[in-house]
Parts: sequence; C-alpha cells; structure tokens
Amino acid sequence: MAVKSNLLNMSLMLTLTCLVCSGILGGAYVITKEPIEAAKAAKINKANAAVLPAFETSERGETVLKDEAGVETPYVYYKAVNGEELVGYAIESNVSGFGGNLKILVGITADGLIYDTDVLDNNETPGLGAKCAESGSLFRTQWQKLDPRERILTLKKDGGDIDAITASTITSRAYTQAVYNAVQVFDALTGGEADAATGASVPAENNNKEESSDEQ
Amino acid sequence: MEYFLIIISAIFVNNIVLAQFLGICPFLGVSSKLSTATGMSGAVCFVITLATLVTYLLNKYLLIPFELEFLQTIAFILVIAALVQMVEIVLKKISPSLYAALGIFLPLITTNCAVLGVALNVVTKQFTFGEAAHWLNLGESMVYAFATSLGYGLAMVIFAGLREHLALNDVPKAFKGVPIALITVGILAMAFMGFSGMVK
Amino acid sequence: MNSKLKLITDGFIKNNPTFVLLLGMCPTLATTTSAVNGLSMGLATLFVLVLSNIVISAIAPLTPDKVHIPVYIVVIASFVTLLQFIMRAYTPAMYETLGLFIPLIVVNCIVLGRAEAFASKNGVWASCLDGIGVGLGFTLSLTILGAVREILGSGSVFGWKFITGDGMLAFVMAPGAFLCLGYLMVLFNKLVKK
Repeated sequence: MAVKSNLLNMSLMLTLTCLVCSGILGGAYVITKEPIEAAKAAKINKANAAVLPAFETSERGETVLKDEAGVETPYVYYKAVNGEELVGYAIESNVSGFGGNLKILVGITADGLIYDTDVLDNNETPGLGAKCAESGSLFRTQWQKLDPRERILTLKKDGGDIDAITASTITSRAYTQAVYNAVQVFDALTGGEADAATGASVPAENNNKEESSDEQ
Repeated sequence: MEYFLIIISAIFVNNIVLAQFLGICPFLGVSSKLSTATGMSGAVCFVITLATLVTYLLNKYLLIPFELEFLQTIAFILVIAALVQMVEIVLKKISPSLYAALGIFLPLITTNCAVLGVALNVVTKQFTFGEAAHWLNLGESMVYAFATSLGYGLAMVIFAGLREHLALNDVPKAFKGVPIALITVGILAMAFMGFSGMVK
Repeated sequence: MNSKLKLITDGFIKNNPTFVLLLGMCPTLATTTSAVNGLSMGLATLFVLVLSNIVISAIAPLTPDKVHIPVYIVVIASFVTLLQFIMRAYTPAMYETLGLFIPLIVVNCIVLGRAEAFASKNGVWASCLDGIGVGLGFTLSLTILGAVREILGSGSVFGWKFITGDGMLAFVMAPGAFLCLGYLMVLFNKLVKK
C-alpha cells in the first residue's frame, strides 16, 4: 500500500506536511484573529457592563499593590468613562477559594461605592461554594451599592458586616477578601480621595494618570 | 512552603486521574496487575517531567518571542513524540535494565493525554497556591509536573491493588471487566474528594 | 449503497467508540457534566475526525511507511488547531467550558485509531463516511452520558430544569462521571451484547 521508505522521501514528506500545515494554520490564524479579538472584547465589555452603571468607553490598565508584608500583587482594571467624566473602575481580583482560583470582577463607581460584583472564574464545589456565581442570591445582592467606608468587609462570624453563603464559609471569606482587595486597588488608583459627597473624580483621574504611567 | 502546597495539591487535591480525568486510557488499560501498573507509572513520571521541562522552555524562548502561541498544540505533541522516541533509544543504550522495565510502556505514552495535558496546563493556566493566581515559573512547573505524575502513580497503584482483588471476586456477568472497574474508580474518586479544600 | 450506510451505522452500536472500543475515555468523563457540553465535545471530535480521515486517506498512498505516524499526527494537530481558532472566534463560552479537552483531541485515541485502522487503507469517500459514523457514535454516547449526569446531578436536561433546587450533586462532580459511565456500560452490555 504505502511507499517504501528511504531517507529522501521520508524527509521530503515530513517537511512538506509541516510546511503545508503551518501555512494553512498561519492563514487561518490571520483570518480568525479579528473575530477572536472581537469575541474577547465583547466578553470584557459585557462583564464590565454588568458591574458598572452605563458608560461609553473603557480602557484596560494594570497596577501593582503592595500588602503589609511587602508582597506585590498585580491587578488588571478597566477604567470606564463617559467622555471626560469618570464612571468607575471594574477591577479583577484573584483569590484562592475552596477549590482553587476564584476570579471576581468588582465594579466601583467614582464616588467609592461598590456598584456590583461578578464571578469571572470559579472552581468551587457545585451546590455549595459555587453558589457565589449565582447572581440575584442574597450573598450577591448584599454587595450592590455597598459603601466600603461604612461597612467592615469581613464575614459576620469574623466580626464584620457581610453575610456568608450557608455552609460555604471559605468561599464567602475568599469572596469578601477579593472585594476588599479590589477596594484597596481602587483607593490606590484614586489616591484615596474619592469622596461620597462630592464625587471628586477630577483629582482622582489626575492621580491615576500619574500612577499608571509609573507602573507601566 | 509554596512547593509543599504545589506537591500536596497536585498529588491529592487535584489528582490527575481522579479529579482532572487525564490519562484514563492507560489507567484502565494497564492497571490489571500491580507490577505493570508500577512500571507504567514510572515511565509516565519520567516522560511528564521531561516533557514539561522541554515544552516550557520551547514555549518561553521560541513560541512567545515569535508570537506563535497558536502553534502550542501542534508543537507540543511533536516534541512529546520525539522525546518519547529519544528516551527509548537512550534508555536502550544506557540502561538496558531500566529499558526492560519501562520499555514496552514508552510507545504508549505519546498518546497518553496526561503528558500533553500537563504540558499545556502549565503554559496556559494561572495557578493559585496559597496566594494570588500567577503563571508558574520553571522551578514551580517542574515540581508541579513531577508531583502530578506522582499522583498518577498513586492512583494507578491503588487502583491496580483493588483490581487484583476484584479479579478474584464473582461479579455479575454484565459488570465484568471495565464496568465494575469504572464503578470502583468512582468510589475511589469519592474518597479523594475528601482532600478538596485542604490546600487553600 | 447498503455497505456505505453500514459504515455509518457501525459506529453507533457495533463499533461504538465509548461502550465497545473504550476509546477516548478522558473527554468522555471530563466534559459530560451536562448534555449540551457532551454534545459540543462530540461534535468537536466529529469535526476533527471527518476532516483528518479525509486528508489522511488522500495522502496515505504517498506516505512512506516509517514516517506515517508523525505525518498523521501533524495533520490531526493542524485540524485541532483550526478547530481551536473557530471555537475561540465564534463560540468562546463553549471553548472555555471544554477548556483543555479541545487541544487534547490530538491525543484522543479515536482519531489516531481510525486514521491507522481505516483511513490509511480505504478511499477518501469511505473514510469520510467512517469518520461521520464513528464521530456520531461518539457524540451520541457523550450526549447520553451528559444527559444522564445532568438529570441526576442538577435535575435538568439540555438546560431545562424540571425540579427546584439542586439534584444529586455528586453526579456532576468527578466520582459521578465514573459511576454513570460504569452503569451505562452495564446497561449497554445487557441490552446489546447479551
């Protein structure tokens, strides 16, 4: 059936197959590149729109936050604006949950209120910790319009103000920690000057520009 | 501390067979005897660690600089196939006794999805061990790959032990062979679920 | 004509890849948490299987014997990569759900197995039909397994929920995959093999 092998036809066939295949794949890559990027952008926009009030455009940025122990953690955030006016930040926050990484998007409006939160990725136990991904549950609605300056962002059983998911303390604790971290990032981005009364977005924006140019 | 967490997590919590469903075919295929199971685990351990080392470097120093990440799948499988061939040739020359022990399992490993799975996992996924999610560096990848393959060996050896006993028992005809084996693995997986949440 | 039809139907029962040949166990167990996921994984495999069968049967007469496996693997891996592009562009959510198991179609024994056992020895048209048959058989088994696990585990089928609250959650987790497949095989043995 098949051709008898010799060095020439073996190397020829292998080279030819690899060349043709990589050629086709390269072409397909170029063709599908645009729809893939579009799908990615659509996903990010959808996620951001879910945790922030209506905005026109958003811009991706990265920052690094240092904790008390001096460990540096990178954060990705999206700055949402209406023309010149700052709407808020959507901040991606990664923590370690019960079953692995728990990735949460926290939307914080310019006046420093948490607008809403959403789960981007979770490996929690179905039926228990994974309930944190169900929007509309009591655990999730308590975050909407929550003022992080007036509430203590720890679970009630740890002396804070946050209700836990039944039988899922570790997940709830991780989720709360993720939101707390995001608030820290927000404070660092706005220089901690965001004020509920005035919604002081202008100095906040200036600060942010200086900071992000330092970081990148 | 971090390395310790990686090891515990890879062996018990996210066991490659019982929680991630990788490498099931050889797991069911060669686990009927304890001795072959041990041999296969040894060969897999060797190849996974070596393959992860090579593919990690290939990805970092060749694919990423040239923006060819989309060729990961095709490049990795070729590397693994070539590597397995090479290991086979080298082992034959250097250590005939080890070759005799692992030899027959080596060709099977190319199509063991555990190898490609671990190699792809390391370069495409961020991991959380204790602290925030991050990409693994070379040292962590190696430890992760090695510990994962140890987990493979552990599951394999436990299962082979169970199957040796199972063979002596009288099971209903329709259950004979693979079905009862799968049900046994199911119960084993349930036991391993007890480890979840151990590494935070 | 009958023999052509037989090529397709063989893949369903006599050569059923999951229940008889025991091939492609990893995606079978890992991606069948719901009927839709099982169906998608099956269709993804079908896509690669048919295309690689066609190409391999066409190039098999030209391929030197000693390098046929590497050549087949390159062909299969190319189609898998192509599938990755398409899924990422048009069904990104499903691509994320199936995750690692899309690139792992490369090492799915069904694809290389059919290439070796059938496509390399038969014509293009027959190989295409064989790919469709085995692919559909695989899709069918995955969908059934997914549906059973979804019904037991979350009390719904194809996303349509018929109970309130949760089902027996163990069935959507790892142990349930093994148990369900084990019991389905018993059923298959009872009904078909006798």
